Amino acid sequence: MEMNELYTDIVKEYSISKHNQHNLADASIRVPGKNPSCGDEIELELKIDDGIVVDAAFTGIGCAISRASVTIMIDLIKGKTVAESKELADIFLKMATREDVCETDLEKLEDAAALQGVSNMPARVKCATMPWHTLCRALEE
Amino acid sequence: MTRDYKKDFPLFENRGKRGKPFIYFDNAATTQKPRQVIDTVRDYYENTTANPHRGAYALSNESTEVFESSRQAVADFIGAKTEEIVFTGGTTEAINLLSLSFGAVKLKEGDVILISIAEHHSNLLPWQRVARVTGAKLRYMYVDKNGRIPREEWEQKITNRTKIVALGHISNVLGSINPVSEIIKKAHEAGAVVLLDGAQSVPHIKIDVKELDVDFLAFSAHKMLGPSGIGVLYGKYELLKDLQPIKIGGGIVEEVTEHTVRYLDPPWRFEGGTPNVEGAAGLKAAIGYLQGIGMDKISEIENDLTRYALDKMRELPEIEIYGAADSNSRAGIISFNIKDVHPHDAATILDSYGVAIRAGHHCAQPLMQHLGVHSTCRISLYFYNTREEIDLAVAALGKVRGVLGYGDE
Repeated sequence: MEMNELYTDIVKEYSISKHNQHNLADASIRVPGKNPSCGDEIELELKIDDGIVVDAAFTGIGCAISRASVTIMIDLIKGKTVAESKELADIFLKMATREDVCETDLEKLEDAAALQGVSNMPARVKCATMPWHTLCRALEE
Repeated sequence: MTRDYKKDFPLFENRGKRGKPFIYFDNAATTQKPRQVIDTVRDYYENTTANPHRGAYALSNESTEVFESSRQAVADFIGAKTEEIVFTGGTTEAINLLSLSFGAVKLKEGDVILISIAEHHSNLLPWQRVARVTGAKLRYMYVDKNGRIPREEWEQKITNRTKIVALGHISNVLGSINPVSEIIKKAHEAGAVVLLDGAQSVPHIKIDVKELDVDFLAFSAHKMLGPSGIGVLYGKYELLKDLQPIKIGGGIVEEVTEHTVRYLDPPWRFEGGTPNVEGAAGLKAAIGYLQGIGMDKISEIENDLTRYALDKMRELPEIEIYGAADSNSRAGIISFNIKDVHPHDAATILDSYGVAIRAGHHCAQPLMQHLGVHSTCRISLYFYNTREEIDLAVAALGKVRGVLGYGDE
């Protein structure tokens, strides 16, 4: 696979951007996410108010794929309801593991669809999915 | 001009047919296998397969001969006596065996197990467990920023309470070569025994266990051109004689009654179950191959490659190299990071240029914590690598930041 299919312009831009990488002083939930084999280690913080994700951020260390994934995810879920966020996570996880996803659903992912390239790279799928699995765990709590 | 050793390794030829470069720089993890080893294993399967030490028929005797002559070859390779060579599943199993048959039995509360902070988990977790079970204390010698264990560390920490020093001969992360002769001498003065984890040293430098006066030495065949699933625990015979087996079952007894057992002498008492004869045969062939080149020559080639790689990598300002700057005090293992780049991305991008390197914590998490790094990239060389490969790899390293969208500064 060509590197520019994995590290697309969108992935590069979000992996370098640090706009969601900080602590939330008034977070209502903090959930750790880990990929022990490659050393991605983040903490996702959400502020949920009346069933809506009012604010979100993360701290920690990760590779470009996981950083891009978590940054895009946070942009995407801010202002969405818990149910909508869960739906987005379901779509993303399906896309990353090469399950069928219809065009309308893929559009809902917006920039996160740029991470589709990892589905062709078994060694890197976990980097992209880890933030979304972490989100699912956070929303269940 | 050194000869092209790669010609002896079918994998390099087969990978080469794919029309892309293939540069294998993960030799500290495992090594490729020369035709001589592959043929030996195949020959055993095709002509000699039988259960050794058991059958009163010619084929079983031949299998026994293959197995025991491999033990002899290992003994000769490290300067030991034949009966001092215990075959195990690898370094990990060898250290587990020693920790359970020596550590868990002989140690008690108040005793000290001394290891270094740079140990591979396989020379750490078994001792952590022994400490938990016996109440002995696990103490660490800490490395400096060059990856060296300062003299004060072992001079002060080896005391008359120290019962065993378990030490990696060469760090699998930093490549540093520990001053094992001096540490062994000091340990013996204090009445402690010494286990060397030789996984990263036996394949690369000449080792004579009698000269070193080391009590135990563990290593794996697959890191020295041999098959996976076989390794060695060397032990001084008078120490082995005093140890009980952990893995008990067939093939290790003199006599069994309903409620008693009398085990065979070492080394056989430690080798319960049908042994890995083809693995032993492959290890013997690997040793023969290495001896054909000469261990001194192998060290010389690797030293030259290491110096060359360090010099080339230092030309890239974005690379931070860990461990000693001086190539004479380190083996061909180079851990590093690229500014702003997670090692996993570096490894993926290098792979796209045909260069296989390792990324992660290298099964040495306490060392990573001590160094204050999360994970590293690692290049590890063997004698079959070349300067041309290093040139290609360093060129690829120079492109990593660009692929990830970091501009030149």
